[in-house]
Amino acid sequence: MALLTFLLILLVSMGFGQQTITIGFTESKTGALNVDSLEQYHGFELWRDQINAAGGIKAGGKSYKVQFASYDDESNSKRVQQLYTRLILEDKADFLFSPYSSPLTATAAVVTEQYGKIMLTSGAAEGKTYTLGNHYLFQMFAPAPEYLKVALDALKTQDPKATVAFVYEDSSFSVAVVTPAKTYAQQLGFNVAFSEAYAPATTDFSAIIDKVIASKATVLLGGGHYADGSTLARQLYGHKVPLKMLTLLVAPDSPQWVELGDAALGVTVPSQWAPQSTFKAQYGPSGASFAKDYKAKYNADPSYESAGGYACGIILQRAIEQAGGIDSGKVADALNTTDITTFYGRTQFATAANDHGLQVGHSMILAQWQKDKSGKLGKEVVWPLAGKSANLVYPIH
Amino acid sequence: MSGVLASMIDGLLVGAVYGLAAMGLSLIWGVMDVINLTHGSMIALGMFAMYLLFGALATNVYLLLLPVMGLGLLLGIIVYWMSVHRVVGRPMLMSLLSTFAVNMMVIGIGTAIWSTSPYNVNFSLPGITIGAYTFTGNHIAAAIAAVVIALALQWFLYHTRTGKAIRAVADNREAAELMGISSTLVLTIAFGIGIALAMTSGALVSTLFPFTILSGAVYQLKSFVVTILAGLGKPFGALVAGVLLGLLEGVVTPFIAVSWIPLIEFGLFVVVLVAFPQGIFGKRAAA
Repeated sequence: MALLTFLLILLVSMGFGQQTITIGFTESKTGALNVDSLEQYHGFELWRDQINAAGGIKAGGKSYKVQFASYDDESNSKRVQQLYTRLILEDKADFLFSPYSSPLTATAAVVTEQYGKIMLTSGAAEGKTYTLGNHYLFQMFAPAPEYLKVALDALKTQDPKATVAFVYEDSSFSVAVVTPAKTYAQQLGFNVAFSEAYAPATTDFSAIIDKVIASKATVLLGGGHYADGSTLARQLYGHKVPLKMLTLLVAPDSPQWVELGDAALGVTVPSQWAPQSTFKAQYGPSGASFAKDYKAKYNADPSYESAGGYACGIILQRAIEQAGGIDSGKVADALNTTDITTFYGRTQFATAANDHGLQVGHSMILAQWQKDKSGKLGKEVVWPLAGKSANLVYPIH
Repeated sequence: MSGVLASMIDGLLVGAVYGLAAMGLSLIWGVMDVINLTHGSMIALGMFAMYLLFGALATNVYLLLLPVMGLGLLLGIIVYWMSVHRVVGRPMLMSLLSTFAVNMMVIGIGTAIWSTSPYNVNFSLPGITIGAYTFTGNHIAAAIAAVVIALALQWFLYHTRTGKAIRAVADNREAAELMGISSTLVLTIAFGIGIALAMTSGALVSTLFPFTILSGAVYQLKSFVVTILAGLGKPFGALVAGVLLGLLEGVVTPFIAVSWIPLIEFGLFVVVLVAFPQGIFGKRAAA
C-alpha cells in the first residue's frame, strides 16, 4: 500500500510537475511613454498574479508558473534593441510581450523575429510592422487606420458638414492613424481645414492653437500619447477654443485624465476597450470581473492599455494550452488559428504572408468623458450605437 | 484680431520667459567664463520646487517665486563649491565636464524621485479674450514677472556694491582683486544668482506647461541661442533677445509648420555667431 502511494505521488509529481516559463518585455518606467506603459504593465502583472494564484498555465499535463523578466527601456528604441536581445540570450525568455508604443515595438520585432521568438504586441497599433514578412509577431490592438474612423462615423451622425482640423504628434503611430483618417474624413464630406504635426516633446501649443482658431475648424482630431495629449487639451481649454468635438488619441483613455478637471469634459477617445464593453467572453474572465479585480489591485479603473496587456496574457495562455506545451512552433500554430472572444473583444490574427500577425478580429469603440448626475467625471461608451452606454454629447461647448 | 497678431503676442509673452531662463546662463558665462551645463536641470528643479511649494502652501504661485529664488541661491552656492570653484580659470572643457556631471546627477536623482511622468501646477488666472483669441492669465503674469525680475537684476548689477563688484570681476578679475574685491566671494554670489534665476524661470514655466525632470533641456537649448544673440554677460540683453526670439517664433509660425521652428532658431544662432560674434548687445572689438 505504501509503495502504491509512493508511486502515485511520484506519478502525480511527474505528470503535473511545476515548471516555470519566462516572459520577457521592456516597460517605459521613464521617458515620455511612462504613463501609458505603466498601465500596460499593470495588465501584464494582474494576469501573471492571477494565473500563478490559480496554479499556473496547465498544458500537456504540466503546470507552468509564469515569471517575468523586464527592464526599463527609457521610452528609447535603442534601449529596446539591446534589451530584447538580452531578454532572449541572457534571460532565456520563452515568450515575449511588446514594449509600449509602435516605434518601440517595431524595433523589438526586428530582434524577436531574428531569434524566432513569439511576441504578442500590445499598445502598438501601427500596421506597417506586420507587412514585413514576420512569422512570430501577433498584434492585439486593432490597427491604426481604425482609430479615428469611429470618431468620424459618430461625427457624421451629428454634423455631416463639420469643419475638421487634424493636430497630431509626429510619431509613427499618430501619422499611421491620421493619414488614412484625413482621406476618410474627405470621403465622408467633411471640410478638412487644417492639418499639422507637432514634435513629440511639444509642451507649448499656443502657435498651433492660433492656427486652429484661424482655420475656423469646429472639430479637432489628433493628439498622440499622454504627455502631449493632456497638454494639448489643457491649452485648448485655456485658450477657450470654441470646439464642438475634441477627439484625442490614447491620452484621454488614461484614468489620470480626470486630473484635467473641466478641460477633460467632453473629450472623446477612440478606445480598444472600455469597462462598459459587454463582450461575452468565451475564454477568461468577464469584463466586469477584470475591471473589479484591476480596481481592487491598483485602485483605478483599467484603461484599454491595461486591458490590452491582460489580453496578451490570456491569449498566450490559451495558445499554450492548445499547443500542449511551450514549443514555439506549436504555440505559433495555435495563435495562427485563434479566433476567440474574450472580455477584450474578438481576437483573430491575419495569416497571409503579406500581413501575418495583423489584428483582424478586434474593433474599436469611441468613449467620451461626461459628468454623471452627481457631477463626477467618467468615461462613457458613445459609439458604436449598438454598444453605447450614453449618448454622444455634441457640441461639447 | 488676425491670427498673425495673436501669434506674435503669444510669442512675446513666452519670449520673456525664454529671456529670464537665459539670464542665469548669460550671467555665469559672462562673469566666470563657465558654460554651466547644470542650467537645464536647475530650471527643472525650479519647476519641481514650485510644484512642491504650491502643493504644500496652496497660495498664489507668484508669491512662491521668492522662496524658489532663495532655494536657487543656496543651491547655486553649494554647486559652485562642489563642482565649479576649482575649475574656474582652467580650460573650459573642465568646467563643461564638471557641470555636465552635476547635471546628470540631478537628472538621475530627480528621475528616481519623480520618474519622468508629467507634473502640473494647477493654478490659473483668468485670461484676456480679444475676438476669437484668448491669452491666458498665467502667460501674461509670467511675462510680467520675468520683466520685473530682469529689471531688478539690472538695478542690482548697476546700483549695488555687490552688483558692481560682479561686473568688475567680469571685466577684469585681477584688477578687481587689486581693488580689494574678493573674487571668490563674488563668483560664489554670481553663480548663486545664476542658478536662482534658472530656478525662478523654471518655476514660472511650471505655471504654463506640464513638466518632467527632463523638461529643462529644451529651455537650456533656447538659453544658448538667447545668450549668443544677446552677448555674454548681458543679462538684460538676454531678456530682450529672449523676447525677440519669442517674437520670431510668433511671426513665422502662422506660415510654416511648428516643427520647423528649431531649424530657424538654430539657423539664426549660426548666423549671429558668424556675423556678430560678440552678440547683438555685446561690445564690438576695437578696430
